[in-house]
Amino acid sequence: MVPVISGVTCPVCGSFCDDIELVVKNNAITDVKNACAVGVAKFLNYTNHRHVIPLIRKNGELVETSLDEAVRKSAEILVDATYPILYGWSSTSCEAIRVGLELAEEVGGVIDNTSTICHGPSILSIQDIGISSCTLGQLRHRADIVIYWGSNPWSAHPRHIERYTAFSTGRFQATAWRGYLSRLGAILTKKRLMRAVNLVLRRDVSAPPGIDRRLPYSLFRKGRKMIVVDVRRTRSAELADYFLQVEPNSDYELLQAFRMLIRDEELDVDEVAGVPVEILEEVADIMIGCELGILFFGLGLTMTKGKLRNIDAALSLVRDLNQRTKFLIMPMRGHFNVTGANVVFTWQTGYPYAVDFSQGFPRYNPGETSMIDILCRGESDAGLIIASDPVAHFPREAAQNLVKNPLIVIDPEVTPTSLMADVVIPSAFVGIEVEGTAYRMDHVPLPLKKVVEPPENCLSDVEILQRILREARRIRRRYN
Amino acid sequence: MPKLKVSLLTGRTIDQGKGKEFGKLSEEYWKSVAICEMDPNDIKELGIRENDSIKITTDFGSAVVRAVKSKRTPHPKVVFIPYGPWASLIMNPRTHGTGMPSLKGIPAEIEPAPKERVLSLPELLKEHYARE
Amino acid sequence: MDLAIRNGRIVERVDEKKAEVIDASGMLVMPGGVDIHCHIAGAEVNSGRLLRPEDHFRDVEVKTAVTRSGVGYSIPSTFTTGYRYARMGYTTVMNPSMPPLEARHTHEELDDTPMVDKATYPLLGDWWFVLEHLRDGQIEECAAHVAWMMSATKGYAIKIVNPGGLEAWGFGRNVKNLDDSVPYFNVTPREIVRGLCKVNKLLNMPHTIHVHTNNLGKPGNYITALETMKCVEDLAEGKRPVIHITHCQFCAFKGSDWQTMSSGAEEIAKYVNHHDHVTLDMGQVIFTDTTTMTADGPFQYGLYNLTGNKWVNHDVETETSSGIVPFRYKRKSAVHATQWSIGLELALLIKDPWKIYMTTDHPNGGPFTAYPNIIAWLMSRVARKKTLGKISKRARRKSLLPSIDRELSFYEIAVVTRAGQAKALNLTQKGHLGVGADADIAVYGINPEQIDPSKKYKTVRRAFRRAAYTIKDGEIVVKNGQIVKSVFGKTFWVDVKTSLPMEVNDDLKQKFREYWTVEYENYPIPDRFLHFPAPIPVKAEV
Repeated sequence: MVPVISGVTCPVCGSFCDDIELVVKNNAITDVKNACAVGVAKFLNYTNHRHVIPLIRKNGELVETSLDEAVRKSAEILVDATYPILYGWSSTSCEAIRVGLELAEEVGGVIDNTSTICHGPSILSIQDIGISSCTLGQLRHRADIVIYWGSNPWSAHPRHIERYTAFSTGRFQATAWRGYLSRLGAILTKKRLMRAVNLVLRRDVSAPPGIDRRLPYSLFRKGRKMIVVDVRRTRSAELADYFLQVEPNSDYELLQAFRMLIRDEELDVDEVAGVPVEILEEVADIMIGCELGILFFGLGLTMTKGKLRNIDAALSLVRDLNQRTKFLIMPMRGHFNVTGANVVFTWQTGYPYAVDFSQGFPRYNPGETSMIDILCRGESDAGLIIASDPVAHFPREAAQNLVKNPLIVIDPEVTPTSLMADVVIPSAFVGIEVEGTAYRMDHVPLPLKKVVEPPENCLSDVEILQRILREARRIRRRYN
Repeated sequence: MPKLKVSLLTGRTIDQGKGKEFGKLSEEYWKSVAICEMDPNDIKELGIRENDSIKITTDFGSAVVRAVKSKRTPHPKVVFIPYGPWASLIMNPRTHGTGMPSLKGIPAEIEPAPKERVLSLPELLKEHYARE
Repeated sequence: MDLAIRNGRIVERVDEKKAEVIDASGMLVMPGGVDIHCHIAGAEVNSGRLLRPEDHFRDVEVKTAVTRSGVGYSIPSTFTTGYRYARMGYTTVMNPSMPPLEARHTHEELDDTPMVDKATYPLLGDWWFVLEHLRDGQIEECAAHVAWMMSATKGYAIKIVNPGGLEAWGFGRNVKNLDDSVPYFNVTPREIVRGLCKVNKLLNMPHTIHVHTNNLGKPGNYITALETMKCVEDLAEGKRPVIHITHCQFCAFKGSDWQTMSSGAEEIAKYVNHHDHVTLDMGQVIFTDTTTMTADGPFQYGLYNLTGNKWVNHDVETETSSGIVPFRYKRKSAVHATQWSIGLELALLIKDPWKIYMTTDHPNGGPFTAYPNIIAWLMSRVARKKTLGKISKRARRKSLLPSIDRELSFYEIAVVTRAGQAKALNLTQKGHLGVGADADIAVYGINPEQIDPSKKYKTVRRAFRRAAYTIKDGEIVVKNGQIVKSVFGKTFWVDVKTSLPMEVNDDLKQKFREYWTVEYENYPIPDRFLHFPAPIPVKAEV
């Protein structure tokens, strides 16, 4: 009998699927069932390019060292710094984050997680307006209108649609998969027909086809419907019943226009964000007429012009829709435990990210105490990066200031950030080699499983952080 | 040389997601992030072919990447580079007091770069992030 | 008299020569405080913390050698919560609202709440399994499933909020009264309350069902409160309570709209004075800027409509909902001032202090740090008069307080802030100073034989704000209102043993994927998850 481990949670994206099945032989994962392509890639390839020995930089080169030495040097760097930063956290367990907060408080540093370059603006908006939301099961059971705005689940959360929304089945709503299949059949047939016709009539098809904005019949019948709003036709847009293509950087105007329309106000213009108002009126009617609607939004809203003001508008739109029907909204969180990072930060410090302990109590002021700003201003003088890769993902100026100063990296894998570090401490993979807790994008906490043993020198993030914390306390006592 | 003014988007793709699980130093990762997805008409206008090197410049930096035909057309004058070290070279770090830099909708200019090749990840790190 | 403590318990005697001696002569010694209902941990509380950075900016706690840093005000961070309770001499705290699917979150936060023993109540009044079993009259099957849920979520008691209303809120609706049918489920709130009351008895749970009634916060809702209490009258046996109506102030409104809203405390007090099957807690309002948070989704949406404040809503699949809205209670608002009066009227008109306990439904009525203010109002007519003088004239005219002379004694305060609550919860080792009790003791710097609380209410307030000593499990943790030692308390949970657990497991396994979006094996919290678990084994009648 081949041992199959079921109910494994996938430590990759915010969908945090917990129905993965793994086949483990001789302490290695050999087969993965139910996961998406990215999940499969993770479970089968996580051992490539990994650190197994702690490293320390001597004379410009990273050389092997002992764990004790690496821990000691890390603690020294943090204690000696005036304004150290501790960043990452979104891809490790809540248990590790709790220790990280204690460490940041001990050394008087700034602790921040990846929300700062992801859904930070969403959080800022929620703090101003609130949010009408739910757990994903509510949508699987009840949602008949599913809107993805500035979000491409097919690429970033591949199983989202089949597990929780349009292609899932719940108590009150059935899957729209069959509808999609017949639509797909019709689309492909039409495409073939058009190609044949164009060939016969020798039409020049290099010019892009005009955007057909007519609402399809399927949007008006009962049952689940999916609408995608985006600036380009993503894969998710192709699965949708309706794709609303909009001009870049005009989501704020469009959301506010919808707010007016659902209150039965008339718009004074002919089009908004490149979309004719008649179309917007029809879409607004569909929103009002649903039983329960959900608006998922992604970085298309947080990162474009307006940033948190875009989210303000989206949150307000959904809140206003509750006067007419039941409507909910949810940000599509990227990492599998970024929600957990926000949750743990908040319960221990009162604030979800960008927490500054330099004055002995938690301070929060995104724009001042957030990572990118601190780095671009060149204010930090040491960094600890855990479960994250800022050199790959931060704007160049910020990454350059990060690597200028003493840098500690705790990560199982070799990354651009670990290549530039002064101390590298290899850790075990949480969710594969270490247990823990993490929070799905809808705040549901689930257990991370341990299915294989980690290599001998790779401790869990929790243990590594606890050792650094102990050592930091020892050093501070010595100074006093 | 023809130049094109475009709006730059960055974001996730399944290939980039898979690629990073193979390891950031892997060939798969490099292939998935050192690229720029463009509308085929824009590629034509620039006078290049798919897989040619292009140089994309914003107010914040420039990068040489491989041009790739987008399957998500039409999106004239909008290009897409997946998250990664190349996209990071040209994103807007200014957060306007919100903590959030601008990673999408950045005005950019594209030109063919026939004489330049796309750097490997170690080379890129050395050029931009190595300490003096 | 002397109290002897060894190994965390109160004992007959100890060797005085070897013991540490605390001279509490001239001071007031009570069992450590017990709070039966305060929202301090879990999804809803944390969303409230996130929602209100402005609430935290004005109230910070700096890190010390002994304590972690943190923030207040109405929703303190977890460490601060524990420290502030301990400083007031409290040692046991109950978190009353836990969405079962997110139970792990509640326990993670409770584990990070120092100084106090704690427990939490899972929300079961709208759980699909409960609704379906009760619709079909299957009390025993319902009981078996509730037992499973209690163990799975490490819960302490059955919590019911706006029964039926939360499921209706799944599609944006609500229920209007005890006999309004829940859409799609064909069961009424009356059946839910009665059904779960029977289940509670079958399972021999230490506490009664803990109920937040339908129609909360609606003028005229005192009728619903009375009906809810009446609907389980026949299920009572002897003098033991079978239902606890929580934060009763919020469901003691008379009148038909906000203009005519007035106090229904007299009617409720009359009923409670003549019936022994009910216990209540006050839900006292404080005039301050605070945050409302309950599992009552539709009610919270109503509050948003009333105030225009920011509003958080979080529906939990298959189980429950929640909502959060910041709220300011103003002295000059006739409605808010009437609410303030109602809480005190309830406490003073109900003759038996063992039936009504002091809470603010923290943070709904106000932060728990305001408890000393309430003690002052309860003990002193003068204190009440002073506040009455500052409130809305209309409310003052309607208030019953000017005609109430009663002032609670120190003994009665001990009952409403600790002994009574411990008894209602059946925590036999808490709330008293007899031999065998946990050594959870509060010493307050006030001499009950010299101070007249009726006149010196400010002294009373000061004394209860900063305990002279707080002793937890036999260790001195607070001295003069300062934390001197950081400790972590236990998490109580009820381990219900039924006779056929396997059948329930199979039934749930089959239906799990249909009902929830998580796997059956990932739902229950393993025993080792809690840092300091203290299971209370209980044998059920099923």
